[in-house]
Amino acid sequence: MKREPFFWVSVSCGIVIMAFIILPLIQLLTSPSLEMLKETIGDKNVVRSIWLSVYTAGLAALISFVLGTPLAYLLARINFRGKRLVEGVIDLPIAIPHPVVGIAILSVAGKNHWFGQILADLGVRIMGSVTGIVTVLTFVGIPFYLNATKAGFEAISPRLEKVSRSLGASMFSTFARITFPLAWRSMLIGIIMCSARAISEFGAVVIVAYHPMIAPVLIYERFEAYGLRYSQPVAVWLVSISLILFLLLRILTLRKVEEQ
Amino acid sequence: MIAITGLDIDLKDFHLRDINLEIAENEFFILMGPTGAGKTVLLEAIVGLVPIKSGKIYVGRREITALPPEKRGISIVYQDYALFPHLTVRDNIAYGLHFHKIDKRKAQERLAQLLDVLNLSNLQQRFPVNLSGGEKQRVSVARALMVEPKVLLLDEPLSALDPRFREEVRGALKSLHHTSSVTFLMVTHDFAEALSLAGRAAVMNNGRIEQIGNIEDIFQRPLSAFVADFVGMKNLFPVRFQGTAADMENLEIELGRKPANSRGYIAIRPEDIVISRVALASSMRNSFRGVVTGILDQGFYYEVHLLVGTVTFKSLITKRSLFELKVHEGAEAFLSFKASAVHSF
Repeated sequence: MKREPFFWVSVSCGIVIMAFIILPLIQLLTSPSLEMLKETIGDKNVVRSIWLSVYTAGLAALISFVLGTPLAYLLARINFRGKRLVEGVIDLPIAIPHPVVGIAILSVAGKNHWFGQILADLGVRIMGSVTGIVTVLTFVGIPFYLNATKAGFEAISPRLEKVSRSLGASMFSTFARITFPLAWRSMLIGIIMCSARAISEFGAVVIVAYHPMIAPVLIYERFEAYGLRYSQPVAVWLVSISLILFLLLRILTLRKVEEQ
Repeated sequence: MIAITGLDIDLKDFHLRDINLEIAENEFFILMGPTGAGKTVLLEAIVGLVPIKSGKIYVGRREITALPPEKRGISIVYQDYALFPHLTVRDNIAYGLHFHKIDKRKAQERLAQLLDVLNLSNLQQRFPVNLSGGEKQRVSVARALMVEPKVLLLDEPLSALDPRFREEVRGALKSLHHTSSVTFLMVTHDFAEALSLAGRAAVMNNGRIEQIGNIEDIFQRPLSAFVADFVGMKNLFPVRFQGTAADMENLEIELGRKPANSRGYIAIRPEDIVISRVALASSMRNSFRGVVTGILDQGFYYEVHLLVGTVTFKSLITKRSLFELKVHEGAEAFLSFKASAVHSF
């Protein structure tokens, strides 16, 4: 069969996009020598900042999971007035420039604001703290968790839940035995998306907490102070470690899919 | 066994109005009506899945109007099976046991019996994705009956099945109904299904119940123009009654009895109207000459339209008689029907 021109145009566009994404990444990953990579990972500051990046992003995903799951379920199941508005609000963090996110959060958490006052009284510090980093990362990451999980819930027929209720299961049992087992894969994808978004955040974090230093801030600092060659190895480690983590999660989920 | 009184439901773009229904214990009751009549909403209201505005629902002597679905003891089977895709056939059927205190040995016996009656024993370890439509629906029925409900609701359980499987599931439903004390309430579009399964039935239209009664009565003696049309009485005419005859346009149709009202409708099933090329010398009291205006292919049958004066009659004849009669559009023909075939209301 002869392919139509439309097909070849589509393929060409695809190739351009693939190259556009992959080429710079490959260049980045292959630039530093093995020796330099070894030396960099021996640097305590580097290890500390990568670890900080990984676990604050993980915490942001965990918070999104705990707080976001009920809301995602609600949005998937119930139609109410103003639902569109709520969905719009959820997408807001995606659209706001990153430094603005940091500034907005600081302005609420500052001493001049009643909420900041309460936080201060409770001994919670946002500025320059891990708490602050996690707060910012949750802010930018939670839309991704909510949207993925909501789509997962929407894909489950409400009739399954109705039948479960009629067979004697309470709402909670129905969620635990039917909805969750069918939706957990979407929730996991949501968690991956959310933490991927969180681990890549720079602009908002740098405003709220330059120290303690997450990996993107460290990379930026080395780039500013020493130039490209010194920032590359840290970047390679950050990218590799996040890629490996996400790949692991994906493999775990895919294996489960094939089992069923 | 189930009694519904004065049930009103207001959904966003849909209403049920003044539903009153009583179904006896172990009855097989059929609910019919066009799409959008409110049949599924009524079923879901009985299960407790739809908020109701007013009215009461009883099962036995117990009022269940305010109970949540899990406390009602009413099972539901949907047209699309609604099997739990992550559970095996066996786990699907046994799902309800998690929430019911049924003696373990009794439950095992019951499970084995249902697997046997519904011919599912060999499929226990399969997942729903690997089942045929008929198998899926049998699992769904087994799952619904496993918890020993007082009432089983079936929402067009056979509509999505191939004819071969339909027969098989219908047979299973019939025998399960005979061997249990469960009350069956089933929604269907299919008249053959309704006639073969049900004792009594109701016809719904536009959120209301139009008629309740024995299934034969509904088919033979509809009480409204809507029901007459719905059950296939395609010849439906508004008339004025005079003595034992009905007058319409310029035709006089003999009923052989005197209706109580002076204005109303007559309805004649198309299969009760006989077509011939010459006037028939028979006992049929009504015979008219007309012109064939249309012949519609209905698969096994042909629907022939005959214009008599200004009135179009519709008659259903077999392919073979169409061939033998040699009728065609524009041909002249006679139509005849018995006085007893004319239903008046």
